[in-house]
This record gives sequence, structure tokens and C-alpha cells, in this order.
Amino acid sequence: MAFINYSSREINVKLVYYGPGLGGKTTNLRYIFQKTAPDTRGRMIELATETERTLFFDFLPLAMGKLGGFSVRFHLYTVPGQVFYDASRKIILKDVDGIVFVADSQIERMDANLESLDNMKIHLAEYGIRLEDVPWVMQYNKRDLPSAVDAAELSAMLNPFGVPEFSAVATRGEGVFETLKTVAKIVLKELRKQYTGGGQ
Amino acid sequence: MMLEQQMVLFEEDFEKIQKLCQELAAETNAKLVFLVDKNGQLIATSGDTGTMDTTSLATLAAGNIAATSGLAKLIGEKEFSILFHEGERDNLHLSTITERLILVVVFDHRTSLGLVRLLVRKSSRKLEELFAEINSKKGTREQNTIFTEITDEDIDNLFND
Repeated sequence: MAFINYSSREINVKLVYYGPGLGGKTTNLRYIFQKTAPDTRGRMIELATETERTLFFDFLPLAMGKLGGFSVRFHLYTVPGQVFYDASRKIILKDVDGIVFVADSQIERMDANLESLDNMKIHLAEYGIRLEDVPWVMQYNKRDLPSAVDAAELSAMLNPFGVPEFSAVATRGEGVFETLKTVAKIVLKELRKQYTGGGQ
Repeated sequence: MMLEQQMVLFEEDFEKIQKLCQELAAETNAKLVFLVDKNGQLIATSGDTGTMDTTSLATLAAGNIAATSGLAKLIGEKEFSILFHEGERDNLHLSTITERLILVVVFDHRTSLGLVRLLVRKSSRKLEELFAEINSKKGTREQNTIFTEITDEDIDNLFND
């Protein structure tokens, strides 16, 4: 649920990075944090276990320029990917405006990708939302690893709706900003559509 | 199907909300009062925020309420509408208002938990009424938001630099 504040002239939007455990969601946020100017972003919060696995969520507030005199601010969240943190994932997904699904390209993580995608659909449905109605993009991460599945094959398996998809190596930052900018644009266009009555 | 209705806050409403928060801060002698939506967006603050990271505070307050609501449901409660965290110097009082809002009060020894609870309840009622009024005006005003004034090209250009 976006929050449009006429007093501070801000548009606030919530983006969630979803996907299987150890897929690179936190790495995406860390890279964005490192590469953005300090005056355009706030503190990055990582609620993680002692072994650096996300426990509840990571959070990064980011200013992404001005639109019609309004500052556009994105609140980036990650969910914990590990299967048993399901309740936390559902909480983070509430009122989401846009999603980046971070898939792990390695062949041995295919089941985990599919399971996580299903899990996301189920949680959205519990909030009365269909995945096809949410602005979202797909990121195939870890393209540099030897067991990475062919991108076309990943696409056939994980992206039946044909949403925008990106190859990434989040540890090196490859594909990270392309993914973010695209989902940001889609979300803003969807908001605009809702207000101008287009596409109904 | 559309995603959930967005929250739009106009200046005149913001001023009323801000005034209620200021009154609460003054009456309780609290250090800070925050109004946050359950999604973690900061709506209003009152008091000297100084160097405090208000964005993080809003997000974590919302996360805290969301996590305890999950706990509540597990034991068959609807939610825990009040949370209190006691520190060595400062304390945090969080309470939910309507389905959407969280009122956060940061206070120290200059006031008491009893007084904070009492006055938070009073302010909550006023905020509930105010948000009911804001929501009732919604339909007519949302036709004319920022999103009707910009184009898809403006959105594309946002990331071109």
C-alpha cells in the first residue's frame, strides 16, 4: 500500500525481495546500500541470526528522485528465505506494492525456487491478492556459478506470466540496479493507472 | 483486481494529526510521539527527534506490532493492542488504533506508564474519529492526486540520469 503524503510531498512505496533461502535477497540490498549516495538512503536494518541468516527482515529506505515535485521513496524489504520462517514471510508481504523474486540459478535449488514461488502465491492469496495483479519482476541470481541452469530454461520453469526478468550476480552487483529500476517503474505506472482509471 | 487502496494524506488532515500528536506529547510529558501506519510508514512525529532515525523506528515498530499480532493469533487472540518496552532510561509504549495505525510514545522518568496509557487511550479515540472523517472524504479527492498530473514518460525519465 503506497502512502502519498501531500504535506511532506512524498510518495512512499513498499518493495519486497522474495525467494528461497541463500538466494541473494540480502546481497541485493547490501549492494544497493553500498552503491547509493548516503543522502539518498537511510540506514540498512538487518534482523538476522548469529549466522547472518535473515530472521525477520532486512530493510533499506531509498530515495529515487522526484516525480511532479514529489520525492519518490522506496522501502525495500527482504523476507527470510528459510522454509520455517513462513509466518514472518507472510507478515512482510502484507500491503506490498511490488515484488522482486530472487531465484537461485543453480540446478540443485530448482525445487527451492518453485516451492518459494508457490509459497509467495499462497501468502498473497491469503491477503486476497493474485500474483498476476501485483507488479513484480524475476531475477535469476548466481549466474556465475558452474551449476547455473540455462536462462531460457529458468524462464520456462519460473516465469509463466512473462514478467520482466533479469540475470544477476548480486555479489558483484550485476543486474541489481536493472532489477530495482524496472520494478520501481512498473510499480509507479501501476499506481498511476489506478488513479487515472486506465487499464480497468 | 486492484491492490489495496493507497493511503493519501492531504496537508489539512496532516496538520490535524500533527496537532493531536503534539497535544499528547505535551499532556503526557513524553519525549516523543510517533504515528506510524502498520506498513511501517511514518505519518507524524512530535517532540525533539534530533538525530533519531525515525524511518527505522517506524519500520521496526510496525514489525514489532506485526510479529506480536502473529503471536496473538497463535494463542487465539485477535491482537495485542498495547505493547510496553521498559528500558533503563527510556520506555516505549506502542498501541494500535483502528486496523491501520500504531501510536508510539517514547517517555522517561518525567512521566508514568499509567498517565501515558490513560492519555494514549484518549488520543486514540480522537485519532480514530479523525481518520474516519479523512476516509469519508477520500473518494472525491483521490481523483486529483499527483498521479493524475504525471505521465508514464515522467516515470521512465525518473531513472534516466
